[in-house]
Amino acid sequence: MSTPYAKLPAWADYGLIPVINLAVAFIVAGFVVMLVGENPFRAAVILVEGAFGRGSGIAFTLFYATTFIFSGLSVAVAAHCGLFNIGGEGQGYIAGLGIGIVCLAFDSVLPWWLTFPIAIVASAAMGALWALIPAYLQAKRGSHIVITTIMFNFIAASVMVYALVGFLKPPSSMAPQTRTFLDGAQLPKLNWVIELFGAKIRSAPLNICFLLALVMAFLVWLLIWRTRLGYEMRTYGHSPKAARYAGISETRIIIIAMMISGALAGMMALNPTMGDQHNVALDFVSGAGFVGIAVALMGRLHPVGIVLAAILFGMLYQGGAELAFEMPAISRDMIVIIQGLVILFAGALEHMFRPYVQALFASFSPRSVGIEAAKGKGA
Amino acid sequence: MDLFNAIIQVLDSTIRLSVPLLLACLAGLYSERAGVFDIGLEGKMLVGAFAGAAAASVFHSALIGLGMAILISVAFAMIHGFASITHRGNQIVSGVAINFIAAGSTIMLGQAWFSQGGRTPALAPGERFEAINWPGAEALRAVPILGPIYAELISGHSILVYLAFLIVPFTWWVLFRTRFGLRLRAVGENPAAVDTAGISVAWLRYRALICTGVLTGIAGAYLSMVQNGGFVKDMTAGKGYIALAALIFAKWKPVNAMFACLLFGFLDALSIRLQGTPLPVIGKVPVQFMQALPYVLTVILLAGFIGKAIPPRAGGVPYVKER
Repeated sequence: MSTPYAKLPAWADYGLIPVINLAVAFIVAGFVVMLVGENPFRAAVILVEGAFGRGSGIAFTLFYATTFIFSGLSVAVAAHCGLFNIGGEGQGYIAGLGIGIVCLAFDSVLPWWLTFPIAIVASAAMGALWALIPAYLQAKRGSHIVITTIMFNFIAASVMVYALVGFLKPPSSMAPQTRTFLDGAQLPKLNWVIELFGAKIRSAPLNICFLLALVMAFLVWLLIWRTRLGYEMRTYGHSPKAARYAGISETRIIIIAMMISGALAGMMALNPTMGDQHNVALDFVSGAGFVGIAVALMGRLHPVGIVLAAILFGMLYQGGAELAFEMPAISRDMIVIIQGLVILFAGALEHMFRPYVQALFASFSPRSVGIEAAKGKGA
Repeated sequence: MDLFNAIIQVLDSTIRLSVPLLLACLAGLYSERAGVFDIGLEGKMLVGAFAGAAAASVFHSALIGLGMAILISVAFAMIHGFASITHRGNQIVSGVAINFIAAGSTIMLGQAWFSQGGRTPALAPGERFEAINWPGAEALRAVPILGPIYAELISGHSILVYLAFLIVPFTWWVLFRTRFGLRLRAVGENPAAVDTAGISVAWLRYRALICTGVLTGIAGAYLSMVQNGGFVKDMTAGKGYIALAALIFAKWKPVNAMFACLLFGFLDALSIRLQGTPLPVIGKVPVQFMQALPYVLTVILLAGFIGKAIPPRAGGVPYVKER
């Protein structure tokens, strides 16, 4: 799509505008806090202190961020190819099936550092497989990927309920979850890293999945901006027509992009299962796949931005829990509202403030906005 | 006779379960026919359900509840319009945002205002829409075959059920027999042509979204004020998405929409009825399979194996006057 807007300097494009959008989202969230009769400024202080005030707060923040990095990257990879993968939730959930089977099979025989790679492959494969069918249908039969991935979220939920009340749970138990994994499928914690800085941590679930998430962020950057495949994906995302003229196979690029996206979404399941709960339970994803949409939009689809946005959302989750404790009128659902507002202002309304910013830049230094400035103001 | 009674019961609950789907599906019909994708049906139903139940229990009036449900739902539809029509944002992103805001704010406001864990207070008899018993329903119940059909299936529903089924022919009439409908369909297929004719694309799409908001508001009110005597958190439980599936299944046509929603409602009713009972031939069908069936059917349909579903051509594309 040709952009109807004039160019801004890069720092304004990637720094200023997201910050303005984010600020507006939080101001509106502040009004919601006022609506339930609490002081938004005090709420903000409690939230930040809850997330970063103590060592275990930081560890929890990073633990939540880990999952969101995966889901954010998943959304971003698909988005670079012009596809909206709204199915991260289902792809992550179904990956729990793979993880569950691998862990139950190997946790008594293998050490964690052998189970972990197998589980990574299993989760990525399940996620990729779950994205494959919508991708194939989009590429070959033109079915809208948004609708099919939503449908696959629901199908995944049904499959997982079937598996968890059926063959995955131990026969003696009533609860729809697997038995607790043995040591061979429990990932080591990373809390000692934070303790190096002098903080005390009693128990927090931060684990080596965080490192895996950072590695994946780097690999995604490499893929998108430093490989031929990434170039093809971006080309297709910008203009399917141009890609077709350049001889890029539409089917191939859609399917590959969606499978990578699905694999990343699948890997997000490692963190809560092997890293924290040590089992696969009903609804263990609990919306993290959808948070990825907000994270990816806020991070402007760049891995660095996504890691930062994921940490911000981790902060909201951890701080939000503290907030719900301190202010009974505010429940943890405040985060869901903030998430929605971020998606609205950083995603759907991302161009709302752009004309004003452009006008401002144009009035200070017309040259920084280029010649199209006059046209841009009208848009 | 037992089998017959069982069938009547399943069909009766089919009607009850398909009404919210039908209203949401018709809501989606208006906006998608006008070229605006609306993933936010779910969220709008949810805020409608919450606003309806909250207002009904505060003002002790079902009608005020319904009015409030429609008002808030339309307001959310206008947010969608503001983002996707005025600011030409991504319609899907905007819809997702609305679902999130709806899910979070209904629970949080419910908790802050009523402190019952996100529920609204249980509605008293006058605060919800009661079932209407048609004349002679009880007297005719004893008549074989026709009696139970009249007494169970036709009589004994709330006003919103009858309203929902009346909106189907009405929507058909609006879309295919009025000038507004013609323009609305045109704006979903070729907005540039409508623009050339001197009609405002944006205003038409806004009006379509108002229709959407009204219908999702009624759908929400049905959930919280008829089906359930109060609001429960996340009570839409994916119905907005099933409605979207039904809309595709119905190929964006109102009468088809009714049949698609009845089918999905029937599957739902059947899965409740069949829980744990083995079928002849097939044996015991897992409940989860029945629950997943509407989604699987939609995917198969989308894949083009049961006829082709062709969406309105300009769907999802923001209209830019000049390029």
